[in-house]
Amino acid sequence: MVTHRANIYKEVGAAMDQVELRRLESKCSQENPPACTAGCPIHVDVRKLMLAIQNQDWKSAASILQQKQPFPGIISRICDHPCEDVCKRKDVGATVAISNLERFCLENHAPKIATVGAVPPKSQTVAVVGSGLRGLTTAYDLARKGYIVTLFEKSDRLGGNLWKHPEQQLPAQVIANELSVLNRPNVTIESNTVITRQDLSQLKERFDALYIGFAAQSEDALELLGENSTVDPISCTTPIAGVFAGGQLGNNSPINAVADGRRGAVSIDRYLQGASLTASRDREGAFESKLFVNVNKIPSLPAVPMSHESGGYTGEEAVREAGRCLNCQCLECVKACKYLESYGGYPKKYLREIYNNESIVMGTRHANKMINSCTQCGLCAEVCPNDLDMGQVCLASRESMVRRGKMPPSAHDFALRDMAFSNSEQFALTRHQPGFNSSKYVFFPGCQLSGSSPEHVEKVYAYLTEQLAGGVGLMLRCCGAPAHWGGNQGQFQTSFEEMVAEWESLGKPQLIVACSTCHSMFREKLPGVVSLWELIKDMDLPIQGAGANYGKVAVQDPCTTRYEQGIHEAVRHILLRLGCEIEELPYSKELTKCCGFGGLTAFANPGLAQQIVENRIKESTADYVAYCAMCRDRFAAHGKRTLHLLDLIFADDLQNAATRPDSGFSQRHEHRARLKRTLLHKFWQTPQERERGYRTIKIICNEEISKLMEERLILIEDVQQVIEHAEGTGSKFINPDNGNYLAYFRPARVTYWVEYQPQEDGFVVLNAYSHRMEIVEEVKP
Amino acid sequence: MNKTANLPPKPVWKCGKCGGELKHGTVKITYLGNDLRVEELKCLNCGLVLITEELALGKMFEVEQSLEDK
Repeated sequence: MVTHRANIYKEVGAAMDQVELRRLESKCSQENPPACTAGCPIHVDVRKLMLAIQNQDWKSAASILQQKQPFPGIISRICDHPCEDVCKRKDVGATVAISNLERFCLENHAPKIATVGAVPPKSQTVAVVGSGLRGLTTAYDLARKGYIVTLFEKSDRLGGNLWKHPEQQLPAQVIANELSVLNRPNVTIESNTVITRQDLSQLKERFDALYIGFAAQSEDALELLGENSTVDPISCTTPIAGVFAGGQLGNNSPINAVADGRRGAVSIDRYLQGASLTASRDREGAFESKLFVNVNKIPSLPAVPMSHESGGYTGEEAVREAGRCLNCQCLECVKACKYLESYGGYPKKYLREIYNNESIVMGTRHANKMINSCTQCGLCAEVCPNDLDMGQVCLASRESMVRRGKMPPSAHDFALRDMAFSNSEQFALTRHQPGFNSSKYVFFPGCQLSGSSPEHVEKVYAYLTEQLAGGVGLMLRCCGAPAHWGGNQGQFQTSFEEMVAEWESLGKPQLIVACSTCHSMFREKLPGVVSLWELIKDMDLPIQGAGANYGKVAVQDPCTTRYEQGIHEAVRHILLRLGCEIEELPYSKELTKCCGFGGLTAFANPGLAQQIVENRIKESTADYVAYCAMCRDRFAAHGKRTLHLLDLIFADDLQNAATRPDSGFSQRHEHRARLKRTLLHKFWQTPQERERGYRTIKIICNEEISKLMEERLILIEDVQQVIEHAEGTGSKFINPDNGNYLAYFRPARVTYWVEYQPQEDGFVVLNAYSHRMEIVEEVKP
Repeated sequence: MNKTANLPPKPVWKCGKCGGELKHGTVKITYLGNDLRVEELKCLNCGLVLITEELALGKMFEVEQSLEDK
C-alpha cells in the first residue's frame, strides 16, 4: 500500500532524467521473461511456443525451438527441463508438460534441418576440442557467426555422451541428422584425433582461439589443462590466454551443457572481436525472472494425461496441454485501469513515451494527450507489486509541461476557468456564523457540491450551526484541485495561499470538508481538517423520513479517499444508521475506481472518461450511493441511479434524487452564484443582489442545444457575452433567408460563435461552436 | 458540362453591419505565437471574418491540436 506521495522526479516539476526513467522502469515487471524462459538455461520462448501449439502453427513452433536450440531434435528428446520446475501453473493445477510438448513438436512436425545461412565469413579460426553437447554447441554457434571452426573428436563419431541415451529415446538416425548442420564449408571435423597437453601449444599457434569442451573436472579436462584447469565461471577463460573451457555447468544436465557451450561461444566471439568478456552477462544461463504473475483468481486445471505414455501426446492432447499455459504476464494495473488499457501498452512502455515526450526539443509531442488522460486515482500503485504510481508520473510530467510552457492550452483551460469562477466574487465567501465574532469550525462545502446540490449545502450548514457550539463559519470557494491535477503548481499555490489567508482571518477554525477532493488537497497541509462524514457519523441525523430504509445501495468511494479508512468506515456507519443495506463493489475502498473526472480526464479526453464511467457503473445493478458530487453526477449522466449520501439525509424525494440529471457546467455556475446570494440573504440578512450586465440577457436553448453546448464546453455566460457584443456593436452576420444572426466574441482565449434569433425578451440559441485560434482582423467600428 | 459545379456555393451569410456580400480575402489568424494567412470569407468593407462551424471544428481544430503538441 502506498500512503505517501512517491518521490517522483526527485523534485516535482523537474523533467524526468535517464536515471529516474530507469528507476521507474525497474518497477514495471511486464517486460521480464516468463519464469519458464528465464529458468531455461538457453531461454527458449516457451510462452510463444505454447501459443503456437494451441494454434497448431507447427512452422512457428519449430522456428521458436530452432531460434534457441542448436540441435532441436536432440534436445527436445533428452532435455532435463528445469523450465517445468518454475512454471507458474504448478500452483494452480500442475506444471505444464513443456518438455513433452517440445518432443511432440519435433517427433510429429520435425522442421527441416537448418541450412547454412548467408553469414559473412570471418578469417579468424577456432579449435573446439571434444564433441559432446558442450563442444558441439560452441562449434555450431561460432560457425553460424562465420568463424572457421575445427572440431577435434577422439572417437570416430561426433556426439560423445549423446550415444549413451537409449535408442528409443534418442535414435541414432536423429543424432546423425541433427549433427548434419555442422556440414558446412567453415567447419572441419577431425575425428579419431586425441588432443594431449603437448598438442595444446601447437594448437594455440594454429588457431586464434581454443575451446575445451569437456565436463567440469573430468579426467579429460584435468589431463589436458593440468594446473591451468581453473575456469572463470563468467567468461570461461583459463589462465592461458586465448584458451577457453567449459565445465561450469551441466555434468548431469544436457540443457546446462548446451548453455555452457553457448557461454564459451559468446566469450570466444567477444575475445576475437576485442569486446569485454564480462560486461552484461548476468542474463546468460538460468535466472529468476522478476515478472510478477498473479495466479490468485486463476482456476486450477490438472495436467492433460497421455493416452499412450510411451508414445507421447496425441495432437489433440498437445493442444489441450499447451492450452493450460497461463501466458504469464503482469499487467495487474492494466487489468484494473481503463486508461492504462486504452493506450494498448503497459507502464514500462508508457514511461519511455513520457520520457521521450519530455526530451523532444523540436517536433511533435505525441504523448501529451496520454499524459493528460490519467485520472491520477492511484489504483495502479495499489495493485502494482512494486507500487509504481503512473498517476504521480503523469502529474510530474504535467507539472514539467506547464513549467516549460508546453502544456496544450485546450487540455485544462476550461477547468481552470471554472476554478477561477469559484474563487471570484461570483462564489467566494468567508464568514463567521451569524451572531459570532469567532469560529471554532468552518464548513467548506467545495465548488462541486455547491454546483450540483446547492440546497444540500444550505441544509448542511444550517444543521452544523445547530449541532456544533462555538461558531461554525462558512467558506465558499474551490480547493484548487483543478490546478493541482493540471500540473499548474503556480496557480494551485496562489489559490491555496488565498484560501489559507481567508481561513486565518477566521482564526484558523477546524475545517469541515464535504468533498473528498478538497480533503485530499488540504489533509497534508492544514492541521485538523475533518470530513463531514467522520464528524457527523455519531451525531443526531436530521433524517427527513424519506431516507430511512432505502434498501440496498452499492458504495462508490471517491478515488481521493483511497487510503482514508476513517472516511470509508464513517460513510458505511452512516448508511447503516440510515437503514441501508450496503453492497461493496468489486473495486472499493483502497481499490476504488475513479468516475473519470479525477485528473481532469473528462476535459482532456472526454471519450476515455466516458468509457471509465460506463465501466464503473456496470459493476453492480444496485443503486449507487456516492459521497462526491462529481461521482454522483457523472454516474447519473450515464443513466445510473445514484444518490448522494446527503440525499439520504436531506432529500424529500429519493426517487427523484436518484435519477436527477447531471447539473451541467452552466447550471453549476448558476447554482454557485445563487447559493452565495441565498446564503448571504438567509443567514446574514444581506439584501439579495440582482444580476447585472450581460448575465441579465435571457437565453433560450432547447435540450439538444444545451447538450451540444455542454459537450463543446460553451457556457450560457459565453453565449450571453457574444450576444451582448453583437447587439451592442452590430458586428454580426445575417442570413437573409431566415433572419438568423451569427456572431462571435472572444472574451479571453476562446472565440465563441453563436447563431441566434431574437425572441420577445430574449434570444433563441440555434447553434454554438468555438475555436481557440484568434482572428487578427480589424473590425471597423 | 455544368460549369457552375466547381464554383464555391454562394455564401448563406451577409454582413449584418453594412448588408454587403461576403468575399474571399486574406485573413491572418494566430495561435500560440504561430501566424497563418488563409483565404476566408469576410466583409471587405467592415472587416468581419466568417469562420463556419465546419471550419472551426474541422481543419481549424486539427491545426490547433497539432500546434499545441509542437
